[in-house]
Amino acid sequence: MPVRARRGCGVVFNGMNACFDTIQAYGLRAIGIGERLLPKTDITLCEQMVLIGSGLIWNVYFGVLAIGFGFWFAIGLSLGRQSRFAALRLVSSGFVFLFRGSPLFIQCFFAYEAFVLLPKIGITIDLGLVVIDASTGWFTKAWAGALFVLFCNTAAYSSEIFSGALQSVPNGQIEAARASGMTRFQIFRRVMFPNMLRLAWPAYMNEAIFLFHSTTLVFFSGFPAWRQEGDALYYASYFAEKTFNPFVPYPIVAGYFILLTLVIIAVFTITGGYLNRSLPQERRVKPRFRLLMWR
Amino acid sequence: MFPVCADPSLLSGLDWFSCYLTTPKHLAFFESFGLVMLLIAVVAPVALAIGFAAAVASRSASPLLSLPGRGYIALARGVPDIVFFLFVPIALDQGFEYLRYLMICPDQPDGVWQGNNFLVCSAAKLPLSTAAPIWHSVYGFGLAVISFGLVFGAFAGNVLAGSFKAVPIAQIQTGASFGMTQSQIFRRILVPQMWVFALPGLSNLWQILIKATPLLFLLGLQDIVYWARELGSSKTSIYAYPHPDWRLYYFGFLLIFYLGLTAISEVAYKRIMARLSRGQATLAGSGKTGLRGGV
Repeated sequence: MPVRARRGCGVVFNGMNACFDTIQAYGLRAIGIGERLLPKTDITLCEQMVLIGSGLIWNVYFGVLAIGFGFWFAIGLSLGRQSRFAALRLVSSGFVFLFRGSPLFIQCFFAYEAFVLLPKIGITIDLGLVVIDASTGWFTKAWAGALFVLFCNTAAYSSEIFSGALQSVPNGQIEAARASGMTRFQIFRRVMFPNMLRLAWPAYMNEAIFLFHSTTLVFFSGFPAWRQEGDALYYASYFAEKTFNPFVPYPIVAGYFILLTLVIIAVFTITGGYLNRSLPQERRVKPRFRLLMWR
Repeated sequence: MFPVCADPSLLSGLDWFSCYLTTPKHLAFFESFGLVMLLIAVVAPVALAIGFAAAVASRSASPLLSLPGRGYIALARGVPDIVFFLFVPIALDQGFEYLRYLMICPDQPDGVWQGNNFLVCSAAKLPLSTAAPIWHSVYGFGLAVISFGLVFGAFAGNVLAGSFKAVPIAQIQTGASFGMTQSQIFRRILVPQMWVFALPGLSNLWQILIKATPLLFLLGLQDIVYWARELGSSKTSIYAYPHPDWRLYYFGFLLIFYLGLTAISEVAYKRIMARLSRGQATLAGSGKTGLRGGV
């Protein structure tokens, strides 16, 4: 057990040292490193800060990977929605409708149940020497299953943004590109893609912020927190339950998320400036915070 | 429900299903869809009223009004909404009980904070432990309405504050030059005109509200998610209607329910917008829907 500040005299004195111990014990608790047992009695503010902060690792993990992979899938989806082939159009718009039209919460529940059922009809590939178990067991774990759902979800929402941006690429630029003899792929690569990204960036920043916020849903929607390794909100609700005092843990989560939001805004503002670098100052697309998103 | 259902073990096929789907628990499941609709119907006007008040307050010249208004609107941006849904009901519950404790039994021997417990005397409990179960549900639902109202009030406040700004300044200046007072300008020029600008945002908010209703489950209410988990889990032969794990199908049903709800709303919104834009000198009025954001 880590040394904790005892109530009474010496609290302030021991506070700092105890907090370093707490950081050692719980700083990486959310990924299974450190003290196994969560604090149960005499819960200190430091313990709450550290453990909730350690849970933030999961939120960042889900957010970064879902956005990182979802970005490319979203571009594929928006191209698919404007494809010449009706089947491709149908599939991609159907996918977007499915993930934008239903709550993420229900999607997670549904996906979890589907992943639980899948291994029972899973495939085992016998290669003679080695047997590959192509089971979907991984997907019942949050790190893979919830990531998959968030990935599909953000791809659907982002594809809506990218489609809109793709349609507002200035026509004259495409005509100019065609006139200078570029192939279709070259036009996309050199004219449409950079313009689309530039136009979509402010809205995409919003999407990123809301995806990060949505990651708090994961451990409340079917996916179990294995060995009590959960995200920031999971630990906050744990503390609220243990201390019967919601006024400490939830504001801590809120504070962490405001910081995270500021970081995202900073990252997107810098990259947005880079995307707009070829334009005169007054024609640049400014980042603007808009609220209207939800899963 | 039906007389044939008296002995479920004798049933098979369609009869089994029609009896299975009309068990008292299933009827409660169907009623919980009504609960979701009721929540939407109650929260929408409440949130709109709160949002309107916040938007008006945020425009006030006096910092005493504008700071709380702006702070309230801004808070919902940086913090995941699910944090509010976990925090607000507990905080309200404890707040109410604390007020009643001050009124009814302020001389409680140990105070309300007893170690890690929040306890008030049984006369101050809300609802009273002797109250009928229906009052416990009503109380829970009331807390849900308040927390949804507060969260969506902030969203609506954001939308309405934006549309207040969208009303052309020339109109307000004209009003002032006619000698109208501040409140006359507000009532006769600002409010009637801002709704057109607010409608896209509000419709988006409506979709958001629909998709947020499964979070009722987190508040501990017996909503559709609760029943889907309850009824879908595998039932052994000691139950009247044994079946394997059917949660996938129940959640699939919820998914379709929400898809239907959002699709209907979208169609309705397009009709309303088409009617409102008829004859207007906007892009939408000329037959092209160029609305930002969209649904």
